[in-house]
Amino acid sequence: MSLLDTHIGFVEALRSAGLSVSLAEGLDAISALEQVSWHDRETVRATYAATLVKRQPQRVTFDAVFDIYYPRLIGGGVAGEDVDPVDGPRDTGPELERFREALADALASGDLQALQDLAVEAVARFGAMPGRGPGLSSWSAYTSLQRVSPAELMDRLVKGLLGEGLDAEQAQRAAGRRIGDFTRLVEGDARRRIAEEKGPEHVADVTVRPTIDRLDFTAARRSDLEEMRREIYPLARRLAARLTKEQHAQRRGPLDVRRTVRASIATGGVPLTTHHRPKRPHRSDLVVLCDVSGSVANFAQFTLLLVYALREAFSGVRAFTFVDDVVEVSDRFRPGADVVEVMESLAQSISHATLWGRTNYGRALTRFAEQHADAIGPKSSLLILGDGRSNYSDLALPVLGDLVGRARHAWWLNPEHPRHWGTGDSAADRYGEIVRMVECRNLAQLGEFVHEIV
Amino acid sequence: MTTWFESPADAAVRLREAGYLTDDATALTAYLSGALEKPLLIEGPAGVGKTELAKAVARATGAGLVRLQCYEGLDEARALYEWNYKKQLLRIQASGGEDSWSETHDDIFTEEFLLTRPLLSAIRRDEPTVLLIDEVDKTDVEVEGLLLEVLSDFQVTIPELGTVSATRRPFVVLTSNATRELSEAVKRRCLFLHLDYPDAERERAIVTSQVPGLEEKVARQLVDVVVRLRELELKKAPSIAESVDWARTLIALEIGELDEETVVRTLGVVLKHASDQRRAVKELKLASR
Repeated sequence: MSLLDTHIGFVEALRSAGLSVSLAEGLDAISALEQVSWHDRETVRATYAATLVKRQPQRVTFDAVFDIYYPRLIGGGVAGEDVDPVDGPRDTGPELERFREALADALASGDLQALQDLAVEAVARFGAMPGRGPGLSSWSAYTSLQRVSPAELMDRLVKGLLGEGLDAEQAQRAAGRRIGDFTRLVEGDARRRIAEEKGPEHVADVTVRPTIDRLDFTAARRSDLEEMRREIYPLARRLAARLTKEQHAQRRGPLDVRRTVRASIATGGVPLTTHHRPKRPHRSDLVVLCDVSGSVANFAQFTLLLVYALREAFSGVRAFTFVDDVVEVSDRFRPGADVVEVMESLAQSISHATLWGRTNYGRALTRFAEQHADAIGPKSSLLILGDGRSNYSDLALPVLGDLVGRARHAWWLNPEHPRHWGTGDSAADRYGEIVRMVECRNLAQLGEFVHEIV
Repeated sequence: MTTWFESPADAAVRLREAGYLTDDATALTAYLSGALEKPLLIEGPAGVGKTELAKAVARATGAGLVRLQCYEGLDEARALYEWNYKKQLLRIQASGGEDSWSETHDDIFTEEFLLTRPLLSAIRRDEPTVLLIDEVDKTDVEVEGLLLEVLSDFQVTIPELGTVSATRRPFVVLTSNATRELSEAVKRRCLFLHLDYPDAERERAIVTSQVPGLEEKVARQLVDVVVRLRELELKKAPSIAESVDWARTLIALEIGELDEETVVRTLGVVLKHASDQRRAVKELKLASR
């Protein structure tokens, strides 16, 4: 492949991964590359990043695609060649012992370069799956990580770090981070080898994860959830900034006659400038009713946090959580409260919302209508969060219909893709006939929706 | 045409001499921005040195700095140019109605009556110029449209005078806190640089270079604490500016050792939310007062 082909392929892959790279930006990248020397891979990476990536959340995607199209090395690299005179099996017991010793040392010293070399070796030695059929990749990060199992080195690493004077919690965290680094390096190297074998286009399609704001709540891993939680506050701030701006733009209310006439005296009785009364911003009560059973708990928590971060936009917010019983959680959200504490107390509230532990929308809605009937009035908006999977129980459709009828607006946010609505025990389609059902699978959609309702 | 920097390495060295410690990506992007004559859009959290980079470029290259501070409601008259209508009025009254209409008309729309605002003055300057458009995300969308002509062709069209082109292209830096997504059109014309919190090594270098009197040991302790604070889930993580402030505070209080008590007492310098402070005290296991 010529350099230009690689460049075109790279830009194409970025586009299919969701980055909007225009033709002009591609040309910019080429003229920028002319200005720098190419001996350092990081220079090329930074040059591409400066010209093609205009939004920071996309940087992760960009890096992944860049690693596939501009790999760090080809094949086993220099190290691979002199370590391995290939006769006999490379994946042997003593070799594994030796390798794990080396890995333990590298982890203990935190030497990134050594870790990188070891990751390459790990895939070469323990991740090879030769002789598979055409179309199947012959390298596996999973196999090599299973063989090497870096997590088992955790205890040893923690002990070593404790010796260096870190306290227990810090050591635990540092050890976890280093092992995570190594795992990522191994995965990256396996991707690189597969890309070399099957062509980069194939790998880019399969392995590149969506950016954090496009990642499904239900598909998020633990580390992703933490990152999402960090995103909530900036997202709320962005939304608030956008809201005030929009409210400013349409703030001119009815004519203020007194001030206009008063001002006109200065110009001889001609009202050159008119004065207006400020428009009173419309605020409504918001009642949030959310399913906190295991399958959708994350989604519900994010939405609650976001709504509370924006509570100035509403005159009052009341929140209820349910599994098969209803409990009010409004008091957990004090102004200026700490996010982590709120999350913990929310997790505790789940036990109160449970009678038998199986989600039952019908029961929860009925209980809500009985106990908290006063919450919903003509000025309040009702927001229900959940996937509508009610374990084939009674749906209490008339109760919901009554609640919706009493509220000013009502929405139902569903974290599932519309194609799953109404499948299995999902009652999303039947509830959807009564209340407007909105798809909300990631932070971007959540932000859009919350902006729309305020 | 001006050469701003010879190479990325040259950019790094000269910016360091101007008192701004860069990482490789920042130096490279600054160099590219100069070499390609494209505006540089810098995004990142508050207090990581976005504005400071523009000032450092000006210092390093000996160029003049023209600054346009953006705010909501900024308009053409305050960003580009305005006719000095009071002076025009005086001119008409002074002539006493003797001149014909066309003479007066030609007379009052000349350089003399033009008030140049930052964008126009940056373009008309003959000396090398760094144009800093600060917090561009605070403006309304209409101002972005106004920036387009300036950023891509470095020219301004004044209906009465014609098009004013740049004699010498300025080095343009736009900064943004990302409270609003800028339009694709603006982004397309710019090089993009995301500045983030630096690693511990570089932060220590920055703190010691900004606060000369600080002892090496205290600097290390301070950066350690700040790095740990950033790992917590805080509403506002401490920025570089805040660690520098903290270092200055320690100097002012003549503290030679950053122990737990001092951290708790001076935590207000780096954390500005009550809940953040409580969280930090809890997580770092500091004895609260």
